[in-house]
Amino acid sequence: MQWEIVIGLEVHAQLSTQSKIFSGSSTAYGAAPNTQASVIDLALPGVLPVLNKGAVERAIKLGLSVGAEINSPSIFARKNYFYPDLPKGYQISQYELPVVQGGNIQIQVDGTEKNIRLTRAHLEEDAGKSLHEDFHGMSGIDLNRAGTPLLEIVSEPDMRSSAEAVAYAKILHALVRWIGICDGNMQEGSFRCDANVSVRPLGTEKLGTRCEIKNLNSFRFLEKAIDYEARRQIEILEDGGAIRQETRLYDANKDETRTMRTKEDANDYRYFPDPDLLPLEIPQSWIDQIKQTLPELPQARRDRYISKFALSAYDASVLISSREMADYFDATLKQLPTQAKLCANWIMGEISGQLNKEGIEMTACPITPAQLAELLARISDGTISGKAAKSVFESMWNGELDKNVDAIIEAKGLKQISDDSAIEKLVDQVLAANAQQVADYRNGKEKAFNSLIGQIMKATQGKANPAQVNAMLKKKLDG
Amino acid sequence: MTLSVSDVKRVADLAYIEIDEDEAKETLIQLSGIFNLIETMQAVDTSTVEPMSHAQSVVQRLREDAVTETDQRELYQSIAPQVEAGLYLVPQVIE
Repeated sequence: MQWEIVIGLEVHAQLSTQSKIFSGSSTAYGAAPNTQASVIDLALPGVLPVLNKGAVERAIKLGLSVGAEINSPSIFARKNYFYPDLPKGYQISQYELPVVQGGNIQIQVDGTEKNIRLTRAHLEEDAGKSLHEDFHGMSGIDLNRAGTPLLEIVSEPDMRSSAEAVAYAKILHALVRWIGICDGNMQEGSFRCDANVSVRPLGTEKLGTRCEIKNLNSFRFLEKAIDYEARRQIEILEDGGAIRQETRLYDANKDETRTMRTKEDANDYRYFPDPDLLPLEIPQSWIDQIKQTLPELPQARRDRYISKFALSAYDASVLISSREMADYFDATLKQLPTQAKLCANWIMGEISGQLNKEGIEMTACPITPAQLAELLARISDGTISGKAAKSVFESMWNGELDKNVDAIIEAKGLKQISDDSAIEKLVDQVLAANAQQVADYRNGKEKAFNSLIGQIMKATQGKANPAQVNAMLKKKLDG
Repeated sequence: MTLSVSDVKRVADLAYIEIDEDEAKETLIQLSGIFNLIETMQAVDTSTVEPMSHAQSVVQRLREDAVTETDQRELYQSIAPQVEAGLYLVPQVIE
């Protein structure tokens, strides 16, 4: 039987606020245990939560970026469960009326565009951390993370493969960083994915029983966990078994998922509106004001690159994979408006490659967009060849000669020979010395032409302008 | 729902509240009063009333995003039953 995999994702994005969602404690990562846990985070009796405006603002930003409805009023609810890293005995979350309702995200997989619908995005607080190392048979609790603001972004079950799920997660990851609401640091847990996976016979409508795989903190694990889980479910069904709805954990070492707990339904959490928090009103004027602060969104920029600069969909998608890269491209292009493709190639190739190799961020790139534009201008005006430019690039990267492009070209003697009379002289010399190949060419051996080009380039150590050499040789031989 | 003195004692025990026989009896009367109140309210026909999420028709005030709390771990941990290496220790929990 042919099976169809159905995937929905829940992404927890840690919002980039200075302070927690309901208290004035710092959210800085890596502090000594419990030094950022105030009376509210500890849930001491009699304390009251006060909502952080910055957290709400970031939720609204996401809503506006995905074309969602912003609910007003929006309601906070208590989600009740017992665990020592949740000292109140409930998590403040949203159930009915989340801040963000609906919305859409476009993904591309294998050159095909697909729309993924969002169900909602709601604000909630993170829990603390339990350490099960040896504390004389006790568990250690660190509540620094308790109360950190999260935006849980829930998709509809619109994805049909792990590749689509990864594409969606990557687009969302780029988006939250692009609009500056989350640092996206997956190692530190700022962006975590839960995947709801089910399978059904291809062509049927009814959804199969789903399992939720928790806390996938890399795109690779997301992909592998979904693939494993789908295989597991298909095997059970093909053997005549039934899927049990449950929460599972992915074990990266064994590349498998295993049961964490049988799944609770919403009822088990006894959700109810939190009487400590009043309804959140979000006036249209506030929404409009936030709209003003939003940058040009990745999708819009991608479309602009394609329509205005004739870049391919692939190039445009790579350039918008981070706002830093897109901004770098824009800044380079500003200096060299007619050479979009050349700029794109160099940023996606040399610049990205070198950044990756050295493990540094685009923002720390040692070559500024203006400096890159200067170099590329020398390629486009024929001063140097693309190959020579790579050597100049290397010198610039290493900070030679104050990154002055012309000085480096001069010092390295890379200037291309573009003077017609000089090239003519060269061509004549080579023709005179290779009478046999000239004769071969005239007798129809096309290959002889390339050999002659090779001789000329060799004679100039590759510095002759190839296009001009080509034209001149053709003229001499055919003309 | 009818509540007994032993129910009250059990809840008190679970909540770590020390309570003697007289207090348990007094608490039983009070809690029973609350249950009666709930029963009275449940008898009201609310089918035409729009649900509200809060008893007061006021809206949430927001605070600016700024760190206002300082590290007072020592003070807060002075009332904790057991701490080590800055952590609160609790009976071990294994999923």
